[in-house]
Amino acid sequence: MAQAVAPSKGMTFGEAGSALAFAGLALLSIIIAAKAYTPEYAFHAYLFAAASVAATFAIVNRYYERPVQLPPQTIAGKPNYNMGPVKFATIASVIWGIAGFTIGLLIALQLAFPALNFDTSWLSFGRMRPLHTSAVIFAFGGNVLIASSFYVVQRTCRARLVGDITPWFVVLGYNFFIVIAGTGYLLGITQGKEYAEPEWYADLWLTIVWVAYLLVFLGTVMRRKEPHIYVANWFYLAFILTIAVLHLGNNATIPVSLFSPKSYIVWSGVQDALVQWWYGHNAVGFFLTAGFLAIMYYFIPKRAERPVYSYRLSIIHFWSLIFMYIWAGPHHLHYTALPDWAQTLGMVFSIMLWMPSWGGMINGLMTLSGAWDKLRTDPVLRLMVVSVAFYGMSTFEGPLMSVKAVNSLSHYTDWTIGHVHSGALGWVAYVSFGAIYCLVPWLWNKKELYSMKAVSWHFWISTLGIVLYISSMWVAGILQGLMWRAYTGLGFLEYSFIETVEAMHPFYVIRALGGALFVAGSLIMAWNVWKTISVGQEVEEVPQATQPALIAAE
Amino acid sequence: MSFWSRHKIFETNSIILVLGVLIVISIGGLVEIVPLFYLKSTIEKVEGIRPYTPLELAGRNIYVREGCYNCHSQMVRPLRDEVERYGHYSLAAESMYDRPFQWGSKRTGPDLARLGNKYSDDWHRDHLKDPRAVVPGSIMPSYPWLEQNELDAKAIAQDLKVQATLGVPYSEEMLKKAESDIRTQANADDPNTTDLAQRYPNAQSRNFDGNPQKVTEADALIAYLQMLGTQVDFKLYDNKANVR
Repeated sequence: MAQAVAPSKGMTFGEAGSALAFAGLALLSIIIAAKAYTPEYAFHAYLFAAASVAATFAIVNRYYERPVQLPPQTIAGKPNYNMGPVKFATIASVIWGIAGFTIGLLIALQLAFPALNFDTSWLSFGRMRPLHTSAVIFAFGGNVLIASSFYVVQRTCRARLVGDITPWFVVLGYNFFIVIAGTGYLLGITQGKEYAEPEWYADLWLTIVWVAYLLVFLGTVMRRKEPHIYVANWFYLAFILTIAVLHLGNNATIPVSLFSPKSYIVWSGVQDALVQWWYGHNAVGFFLTAGFLAIMYYFIPKRAERPVYSYRLSIIHFWSLIFMYIWAGPHHLHYTALPDWAQTLGMVFSIMLWMPSWGGMINGLMTLSGAWDKLRTDPVLRLMVVSVAFYGMSTFEGPLMSVKAVNSLSHYTDWTIGHVHSGALGWVAYVSFGAIYCLVPWLWNKKELYSMKAVSWHFWISTLGIVLYISSMWVAGILQGLMWRAYTGLGFLEYSFIETVEAMHPFYVIRALGGALFVAGSLIMAWNVWKTISVGQEVEEVPQATQPALIAAE
Repeated sequence: MSFWSRHKIFETNSIILVLGVLIVISIGGLVEIVPLFYLKSTIEKVEGIRPYTPLELAGRNIYVREGCYNCHSQMVRPLRDEVERYGHYSLAAESMYDRPFQWGSKRTGPDLARLGNKYSDDWHRDHLKDPRAVVPGSIMPSYPWLEQNELDAKAIAQDLKVQATLGVPYSEEMLKKAESDIRTQANADDPNTTDLAQRYPNAQSRNFDGNPQKVTEADALIAYLQMLGTQVDFKLYDNKANVR
């Protein structure tokens, strides 16, 4: 094609618009910082200002550095995948994982040895515990989900991520949210709602980031070259959409002032309790389950080189899981002032939820049909398969604990903590480790991980850690529950509360030991990832772009 | 076969898939949450429930700030051992002005729903400063900064105003006197204490942390802890009154 004039370089609408928006945000942040009611809030406003200035600079600088044409959608007929943001989120997840597990270890030790609170406000358990939960769920888990979803949606749709700056905005903006949330807890800025502690301005920021995430994901799905949307993407989509709904519902607050970090939730008392656990349980159901099931549905078939066991089962699994999970929240409120009918509904659906959960487990495990031998030779696959087994175990334990009679004993005790961790360590973290071990060589074009032996060590050390953790918490929780309700022959309560606290000490020590092993395992992973990227053997040619998309067995 | 092939519509149209997901996830939440706002039986009317005084609210915000809810519940269940250990089971009305609710989910420490008036102010002050000084086996962190930090309540009137917007019955007078009410409640000798007790029935005014020099965060927190679960007089409470 004859070209009279070379195309002149100009800023895209996105570049100019986002640079302007960030400049505006920087200005607003500086004004807020100047008039902030508290120094902690001013600090956050300055962080926003610094990040906005850096973003503006980065966008303008990138414009001057880049060639005239934006990256093409395809190169020689093959999709030109955008893997930069995926790489960033993968590395971030490894780092956040270590941070989150280590803080978990610290707070476990604080419960065994309270001197470790150091009489310091920002180190005290009440502020560190939300830091731990947010670091592992949202920082570690969230980055795994963003990385894997951006990878999987491109591969299974055979399309480049939609947007030029937006995918980077999602990844960096999300991690900035983590920084604001985490530093906020340490400084005492919290909403006081479990797993939704960030205050109104952090929530607002996350809303913007999340909408961008949805747009990038959905846009890429719409651009797909495959006629069908692959099953992993259904789960990712359900995760992104539902988290958006939950986030908006549970964080409906009115700030005291633009210049104050404090806000009050529009729901109160009973209603707030149910909205909170509608959110809280479905943060489990959609963030920690649906999102990671998407990982299962892509990475296990890929690694095992077998199609998903049953296409029909995945349809049933998907719709029944997302329908039933949303009802289960009230089981967190058994025997409370929540009306009985709501408690009963929550219990019934929690028990029914056992079935779709195990349907999913079966679909994941049976994908290994004909490839079971790989469990002996591939420790990465072993991590992921054991994660699905843990998923099966904790999704059996959950319905059991949601039965009111069981719950009257288990609730408020460490049994709940043990249950959560069999899901969080055994299922979520293990399937994440598996995904990270798969992604790193794929993303950095390496033949294989630097050391398979190290993966094996990671697996065994952290499995031992999990076993110590959950078994000590089972014993601790059941013991404490029984001690609380123990009566003497004369009909008096047998134990004072503090006696039941003192009885927990040995189990808290064992739990901390389990946690230490889990941290050790994650350090081995970090070393292995580092070595793979820096000195791993390169793949000669790039055959992956032509990989056929995954097809489920009929 | 034909039944399964119908699923194709979701797999080939992303917007239909999005709508399908949104509808399916909405049903449970709507069925469970919406009725709580209009069924009268959700929160039965009980005598004695009043909004928090400014000092109690400031104390509650410190309770939230320090993450006390991570280890302490505020919800006595109607189980024999709990009622004997803590007191009357919690009523929905008792947390109707709680934003956020603080029912909690874990009892690393004991339930606090009926803590008010069980221990002296001095006990609370010593316990917050160093829990093991009064409860040797305790694993609670120490909070020595609470009795040192002056209470920052400059904006408390705005806090009350936001709550009033949300339907908490704070009157114009309460809003106007919010800041001075803080000082009044932290000082037993303040001439306005009876006035305050009229606005907020049964509000206790005294120097909670024993330090007359300043109103500290410990003053606010102890004021809050000492009123927990004390609003309803269970000698007069009739649990059949709301049965229909």
